[in-house]
Amino acid sequence: MDFGTLGFAVLAIVGVPAVTVLYILATEWLVRGLPERRRATIRPWLWLLPAFAFLGVYLIYPMIQTAILSVMDRRSESFVGFDNYLGLFGNDSFWLTIANTAMWLVLFTGIVIVIGLIVAVLTDRVRYETGVKALIFIPMAISFVAAGVIWGFMYEFDPDIGTLNAGLATVGAEPQSWLTEWPRNTVMLIIVGIWMWVGFAMVILSAGLKGISTELLEAARIDGATELQVFFRIILPLLAPTIAVVGTTIVITALKTFDIVFVMTSGNFDTEVIASLFYRARFINGDVGSASAVAVILLLAIIPVMLINIRRFQQQEAMR
Amino acid sequence: MTVPIGAPADAEVDAPARPVAIAGRRPWTGRLGLHLTLAIISIVWLLPTISLLISSFRPEAATNTTGWWTAFTLPFEFTVQNYLDVLSRNNMGTSFLNSLLITIPATVIPIMVAAFAAFAFSWMNFPGRNVLFVLVVGLLVIPLQATLIPVLQFSVDLGIVGSFPAVWLAHTGFGLPFGIFLLRNFFGSMPREMFESAFIDGASPTTAFFRLAMPLAVPAIASLVIFQFMWVWNDLLVALVLVGGFPQVAPMPVTIANLVDSLGRNWHPADLGGVHQHAAAAVRLLRPPAIFRARHPGRLGQGLIEGIAARTVTDEAEIG
Repeated sequence: MDFGTLGFAVLAIVGVPAVTVLYILATEWLVRGLPERRRATIRPWLWLLPAFAFLGVYLIYPMIQTAILSVMDRRSESFVGFDNYLGLFGNDSFWLTIANTAMWLVLFTGIVIVIGLIVAVLTDRVRYETGVKALIFIPMAISFVAAGVIWGFMYEFDPDIGTLNAGLATVGAEPQSWLTEWPRNTVMLIIVGIWMWVGFAMVILSAGLKGISTELLEAARIDGATELQVFFRIILPLLAPTIAVVGTTIVITALKTFDIVFVMTSGNFDTEVIASLFYRARFINGDVGSASAVAVILLLAIIPVMLINIRRFQQQEAMR
Repeated sequence: MTVPIGAPADAEVDAPARPVAIAGRRPWTGRLGLHLTLAIISIVWLLPTISLLISSFRPEAATNTTGWWTAFTLPFEFTVQNYLDVLSRNNMGTSFLNSLLITIPATVIPIMVAAFAAFAFSWMNFPGRNVLFVLVVGLLVIPLQATLIPVLQFSVDLGIVGSFPAVWLAHTGFGLPFGIFLLRNFFGSMPREMFESAFIDGASPTTAFFRLAMPLAVPAIASLVIFQFMWVWNDLLVALVLVGGFPQVAPMPVTIANLVDSLGRNWHPADLGGVHQHAAAAVRLLRPPAIFRARHPGRLGQGLIEGIAARTVTDEAEIG
């Protein structure tokens, strides 16, 4: 590491936090001459300013701009109306992308929640709870890129190397080409996603589970309820709000899935999803208009989730 | 049903009282199914990671011809050569440093900026407070893809593409909504009297923020740090778009994705060249967050409870 890099490293690691702290101290210095009432009026805006500057520049303005670009041509030079959207809708591969995204939405969301719930409930009953939970959480800390490499080993065709095919070989079955045939390959990619995200669902559901009163469950058991009845009639209804939180996050993750597909198949063999289609349109085909249209479609798909999120937030505020 | 929000992290994690009480009522054999299920789930979850870990220590020739499970049959062949190769040949050392130089500021800035805004939302009065916060809640779910094209465009126009600040600022924008949301919930649940008496004693908002709010919010901030760190550390898309073409500033996920690409890895039986290097590279990639987690056991779970689940599964969140 040369001195230039070292100097930059110091600047980045010490300088950047210092600047943020100095900013807020400077605001107080700025308003020091004003009467207290004026200060109280101006101060909140100074505290909010950096956050809303970032939100405006990096989220709100780009969203509007993306919507505008989606009705322009591939170089953003002239207005083309809804041609980009019509071009997408008229393309079979777009509908395949939608089908794959739908598979992600249903299978990924459903299975992550079910396995997460099972693990949360089962680990709640054993002494080695923390160990199992840590183990299942590990993939969450792994990047999608590393996960792609890891699962490359699992899905490798050669039964001498690929774990899954080696497993098949021991029972005398033919090796399978896991990632080249639709729809099996999308399912295989979804399995990677499940492996990564169950830890997330498990942690939150387990936290919710700890919030359910033990007396309630014991009372039900003493009254002769079976474990299944306790689960379906008491635990599940009480966990419903937590499941909704997990569900929202997982649904958004499913819609945004990019890395797994990008690293493992690059969207080849009909595994494209909305987010990887976006990447291909913009950065491989260089078609800004069409890519923006894909982004807008993704945004529209997320709006219902956003509204549910806001409504739930407002209900909670009302309860406070 | 309340989750003890203010309770120390450890209380959340190692609460064994309940499961043990249940365990005491049943004979050990009756619980065999439970233990078996958990064992199977654990093995399935661990298998991919172990396969990668073992492969990364095997010589290239062995990885290319035999599966990782044969590593424990004679003759034993283990080596650290892959790690040495990856570090020296593929810019991995630089990428590791880049990852740190990207991740540390991209974690600090959004958390500081979010804390300022969250403090204003919690303890300052200004018109439009609720509307603005609902806006933040709405922005929580915005997919990156919907903003990426304009963000790239103005980063190019500003001439910051291919530099660290481009990535810091982008991650700040994208990470802010969650940070503001989580910290506002945490600040907002602190006792009002505490701040009122501080202000009566003449404390300025900056004093109240740095001396009261921030120290008390350490658990929430710790979990936010872990989240943002993991997200930036593992991010491929933002880095690929903003610094992907600049190997001297590219972080590890980009370098590894390029490595996977350039070595022509695909899923047909043929080419397996360089598997050993992917393995070593990928293991490096997944290490820091794992270390990070180990130093803060339970923080993550607790943060999640505070940030998300607490708002839904508890009636009232209060500091202990």
